[in-house]
Amino acid sequence: MIDKLKLVSHVDAINWNKIEDEKDVEVWNRLVNNFWLPEKIPLSNDVQSWNTLTPIEQQLTMRVFTGLTLLDTIQGTVGAVSLIPDAITPHEEAVYTNIAFMESVHAKSYSSIFSTLASTKEIDEAFRWSTENVNLQKKASIVMEYYQGDDPLKRKVASTLLESFLFYSGFYLPMYWSSRAKLTNTADLIRLIIRDEAVHGYYIGYKFQKGLERVSQERRDEIKDYTFNLMFELYENEIQYTQDLYDEVGLTEDVKKFLHYNANKALMNLGYEPMFPKSVTDVNPAILSALSPNADENHDFFSGSGSSYVIGKAVNTEDSDWDF
Amino acid sequence: MTELVYFSSTSGNTRRFVEKLGLPAARIPLYARDEPLKVDEPYVLCIPTYGGGGQGGAVPKQVIRFLNDEKNRSLIRGVISAGNTNFGEAYCLAGDIIAEKCQVPHLYRFEVFGTPDDVRIVHEGLESFWKQQP
Repeated sequence: MIDKLKLVSHVDAINWNKIEDEKDVEVWNRLVNNFWLPEKIPLSNDVQSWNTLTPIEQQLTMRVFTGLTLLDTIQGTVGAVSLIPDAITPHEEAVYTNIAFMESVHAKSYSSIFSTLASTKEIDEAFRWSTENVNLQKKASIVMEYYQGDDPLKRKVASTLLESFLFYSGFYLPMYWSSRAKLTNTADLIRLIIRDEAVHGYYIGYKFQKGLERVSQERRDEIKDYTFNLMFELYENEIQYTQDLYDEVGLTEDVKKFLHYNANKALMNLGYEPMFPKSVTDVNPAILSALSPNADENHDFFSGSGSSYVIGKAVNTEDSDWDF
Repeated sequence: MTELVYFSSTSGNTRRFVEKLGLPAARIPLYARDEPLKVDEPYVLCIPTYGGGGQGGAVPKQVIRFLNDEKNRSLIRGVISAGNTNFGEAYCLAGDIIAEKCQVPHLYRFEVFGTPDDVRIVHEGLESFWKQQP
């Protein structure tokens, strides 16, 4: 199944001094400021920690990372590139080229982790597993199918669900290790990937919503049905995939909560209401705090001991005070 | 009466959260050419974090402009911020910066445009918060 990729049929010289959508500039700047390379992370400091993992834990980690490598490869080589011909502004096209390149950096960074921690034989075995695991391959083929289809809105839905949902069965594990003070440098690298994916999901979801504004109510209804059907299809597969990986170490249920939490955020990036109720999105606090140190309820004034909070005196504020 | 002042970019996520609260609210204008917002009553500020990088640029410049007005700044009583936990330590950083600068509590954090639970907690929380105000 090799379809010719559609290319933009006409290109004008891009003028960054004439902006149609400020969001393009804002996101471009954010992505450029966030740029990083795996060589900046001292991964070799994790070698000692890696040796404290059991063979089963090491194998799980390798498999998780080959799965993530596959998704990043798809997104870099096909996903982000497939969005370019649908772009409404020339600056949007440029942002997708940035996203595509960064996904290739992500894919490569897993190989940096592998070469630091594992032997060639272990690396080869993990990559073989990734080509043989039915549920991983299914997730890849579902998304690839939509990238090759002819519906720009559906392509953006598939892309946002990949960026904001499909990665998280994998992202869970380095956050889990980090919460136990293991593979902490690897976790630092993964956090950079997680940060990038948030900007990608937000931006593609934003462009999806802009596209949706231009179509009829009937078409909007169709796209909404499609989105939730695709989410269910991917979710069911994701549960199977999670079981394949995590049953052996007894973490499947904990991972599922993380999936629900991120599925909600993926839907919200597309402008839809969250699907999973609070009762199944209560992510393990250790995982949440490995992701973001101030995301817990201790930082919630309304439900905490906020009444003892003393309100001080306001100070003068100038532009220069704000690190802007 | 204005209970909330908010800023929302063209993505409209924070606007959507504020609309779901259904409380009186005034929006900080998006463009420098627009008439600046001036307030006369105490308010809680609701803002997104331009997240991801370091400290720089976390607070939208429109919000800085609004708070650089001394009267506006004197009337702020609390801040509610939006963000994404994917931004790690920078999650809802704009709320932390403003809370520190203006010496008011950072009341609540939510993601994207907030879940129904977030809306309920903030709605109830604000009601009792205003009752406690002198």
